[in-house]
Amino acid sequence: MLSFQKWRRSESAQGLFLISPTLGFALLLLAVPLIMVAALSFWTQDYLTLDRTFTTANYVTAWTEPMYQYLMARSLKISIFVTAATVFLAYPVAYFISFHVAPKRKAMWIFLITIPFWTSYLMRIFLWKVILGYNGVINGSLTGLGIIDEPLSFILYNQNAVVLTLAHAWVPFAILPIFVALERVDRSLIEAAEDLGDSGLRRFLRVTLPLSMPGVIAATIIVFIPTIGDYVTPRLVGGPNGLMISNMIELQFKKANNAPLGAALAISAMGIVTFFALAFLWLNRRYVRGPS
Amino acid sequence: MRGKSRFFNWFIGFFLLFLYAPAILLPVFAFNASSIVSFPLTGFTTEWFSVLLTNGTLHVAARNSLLIAITTAIFSTLLAVLAARASTRFSFFGRRSIMGFVMLPMVLPEIIIGVSLLVVIIQMGFELSLWSITMGHILICTPFCIAILSSAFMNLDKSLEEASFDLGQTRWNTFWLVIFPLVMPGIVASLLIAFTISLDEFIIAFFLAGTEPTLPVYIWGQLRFPAKLPSLMALGTVLLFVSIGLLLIADYFRRRGIRKTGIENTGGFL
Amino acid sequence: MTQPIIRLSGLDKFYGDFQALSQINLDIKTGEFFSLLGPSGCGKTTLLRSIAGFETSSAGSLHIDGQSMDGVPANKRPTNMVFQSYAIFPHMSVAENVAYGLKARKLPKVEIKARVAEAIDMVGLQGFDERASHALSGGQRQRVALARALVLKPRVLLLDEPLSALDKKLREQMQSELRRLQRAVGITFVLVTHDQEEALTMSDRIAVMFDGKIEQVASPQILYGKPSTRKVAAFIGMMNFLDAKIMTTSGDNVEVEVQSLGKLTLPLKQATGGLDGCNSVGVRPEMLTILMGSQTSEREIEAEVTEVSYYGDMTYYDVKLPAKEDPITVSMRNTAGRKVLEVGAKARVGWSTSSLLLLK
Ligand SMILES: Nc1ncnc2c1ncn2[C@@H]1O[C@H](COP(=O)(O)OP(=O)(O)O)[C@@H](O)[C@H]1O
Ligand SMILES: [Mg+2]
Repeated sequence: MLSFQKWRRSESAQGLFLISPTLGFALLLLAVPLIMVAALSFWTQDYLTLDRTFTTANYVTAWTEPMYQYLMARSLKISIFVTAATVFLAYPVAYFISFHVAPKRKAMWIFLITIPFWTSYLMRIFLWKVILGYNGVINGSLTGLGIIDEPLSFILYNQNAVVLTLAHAWVPFAILPIFVALERVDRSLIEAAEDLGDSGLRRFLRVTLPLSMPGVIAATIIVFIPTIGDYVTPRLVGGPNGLMISNMIELQFKKANNAPLGAALAISAMGIVTFFALAFLWLNRRYVRGPS
Repeated sequence: MRGKSRFFNWFIGFFLLFLYAPAILLPVFAFNASSIVSFPLTGFTTEWFSVLLTNGTLHVAARNSLLIAITTAIFSTLLAVLAARASTRFSFFGRRSIMGFVMLPMVLPEIIIGVSLLVVIIQMGFELSLWSITMGHILICTPFCIAILSSAFMNLDKSLEEASFDLGQTRWNTFWLVIFPLVMPGIVASLLIAFTISLDEFIIAFFLAGTEPTLPVYIWGQLRFPAKLPSLMALGTVLLFVSIGLLLIADYFRRRGIRKTGIENTGGFL
Repeated sequence: MTQPIIRLSGLDKFYGDFQALSQINLDIKTGEFFSLLGPSGCGKTTLLRSIAGFETSSAGSLHIDGQSMDGVPANKRPTNMVFQSYAIFPHMSVAENVAYGLKARKLPKVEIKARVAEAIDMVGLQGFDERASHALSGGQRQRVALARALVLKPRVLLLDEPLSALDKKLREQMQSELRRLQRAVGITFVLVTHDQEEALTMSDRIAVMFDGKIEQVASPQILYGKPSTRKVAAFIGMMNFLDAKIMTTSGDNVEVEVQSLGKLTLPLKQATGGLDGCNSVGVRPEMLTILMGSQTSEREIEAEVTEVSYYGDMTYYDVKLPAKEDPITVSMRNTAGRKVLEVGAKARVGWSTSSLLLLK
């Protein structure tokens, strides 16, 4: 009894008590639902009746049906392209803000970078359609300037458009962690490298880049995982060849009334993305020496 | 040296153009007289804004979204205050895993959250409603609020609490007299961020919307009708300025907090 | 004798497996300026926070004013604390900070106002009442912290390295001011410091701590002049050590064989910490002299100067004695006409048996 009283006043107990509502909420609305999706993926559905006998049929379909294989591969490819484009675009910007902007101005620049993100999500994607469209801003300007005679058609309703639009949506999320990592790089280390005779590029490759790797890794993960879940961008700018696995998941849950297959697809997609993310982290740990 | 900085200037210039392209076009088309959203521009009008004023369905959707956003802001901030306080002040069993789990929605694809909540609601036999959307929004906003509030609580010197306690104040009063005023700017920022995220969230709302649409769900429905596009542009413009206004307010409070506690100002949001 | 204001008996404190305090027995007298001195990490803060009520001890008891503090939380103890970071509430003015504890006590407004004004006067912050606390300098913040604690008229004021954040000049000024303040209010002060000079100049009594244990409790003069162990002697001031072996004791005397100095007979009272286990002899640099010309001393020994450090008023010589590897230090006042020796010079070092301490 005494020891229980003592435990109740202990840090551990107070901490657990404080966090319990948040944890409870997350358990109830995240853990339980995820478990139910997992369970559902082993059941079958015939229109509106659910058959609760265990079967792996949904996974067999999800992994063997060429259409799903194809969609999955394409989604993965698009996600990788988006991530690469985003990180390559974000790094110089983060570097610029961290190294070339006066300290007093940095907060303003970060704010500047995040503003477009607060344009309505749907509107932003739609406007890319307007920019890239047959009669869109780009084609309009290029024909107007006489650079091209015919409007370009390869820029909308395909995977390029999806990559571009998603990269645009995610780039602020990639800039922030890289910027934070660059800010943490001790400037005297770079000066030390200069003092020891490294040229600008070698200095960057040997000191700045390795030290900012944690930010790059965070950016990669932050962009890569959620990208696979977007179904609005492919729908609006992807055209028939730009659709991704999420569109199929949405379809199964809504119109096709096959929630179990949708669940199996969702879990497979999550599994694959997680696998790639972990593999990426592992490769990094193995081949890139960041700050320990 | 000069070549390098010229490269940077060009790069940053193009980047900002790329980044701002949609945000700039939004008001441009909102004030364009043509009913087709494309170039060339045909003239100036505020007609599309006045259309918004008389659109009943839009008003219902906007009211729904506001209700959801306000509820979300309050509850996710409450949950985040508890989590941020617990994780910065106490060391307890499994803290890292618990925090990791609570922050998980930040990296989870939103479709997964939408799908899983949909499954639960249907399996449990509940009706889809504004409540289901609100729950989903609280779930995804809480991690953002925790991120903001953790830094607010972390900046709080533990000896301030001890000093209050040492001077004879109770724990309860210490919270209200010392801790709360000092993290207040963080709380305001958290409320505004959650509000803004919820107001604009579409993927989860689309999965969980019953018969009552939110603003983004309404917009999604209208995107199919070319005739509705100019007024959507006007709506988007209004939303953009509301968001920016809220963010400026949030940033103002964050700065004020930094000034108050005398901590050096670095970085911006998140 | 009146009862001690603070009595600690058998206090232990564990952080997990790590023992931060072990078997602390200590009496602090009413009205004294008491210091806890020791290297960083030795447990001074932990001990102070145990008294304040921020740490619960693992074993042992604490009495303040004869009352057991078992289960009494920090806000109910008759102690107040000046934190190392000062912990000034950043969102309150100077006056609001000082009034904080009085408001917690729900005193009438007029009384609060009068006492706040008095406390602000006492620490020399007149006219700063409405100043926002983040606009204060380090020294001013410390004064606010002092006023805020003293205004409550605690039985004991606890200070955790209050001067360590100040620059040297301000620190010296605050040392004498703290002492003056303590005399004026008559409250018992318990000061934590790792700076031996600070402890020596300010305190009535000092407890020297190492590794969670109290090594010696004594007045500054005794601590310096008669340290009870080699550890204390080395920590406070400078001390030369020579290996020693006890041969025989007879009556009030002990015969020892000392490195370089040979066989000696010393009075037993020069074994300040008891004779048991003594294996070295200590002597302060200022107790040794470098003899010039025809100067003589009770005893003398030939040595060679290996290092000279000139400090203006003083010169410190490292000299090598025969049959001892490490040099010992001799300090000399640079009085008028006194020559400063060069490295390599031969020197006669004068000493006396009465300045040697037998230590373990
Ligand atoms: N909360 C704690 N948890 C674990 N160890 C601690 C804690 N607080 C202090 N310690 C350890 O106890 C020892 C004494 O600490 P402290 O009392 O702060 O030393 P001092 O004030 O003398 O420098 C140190 O080794 C420190 O690392
Ligand atoms: Mg300490």
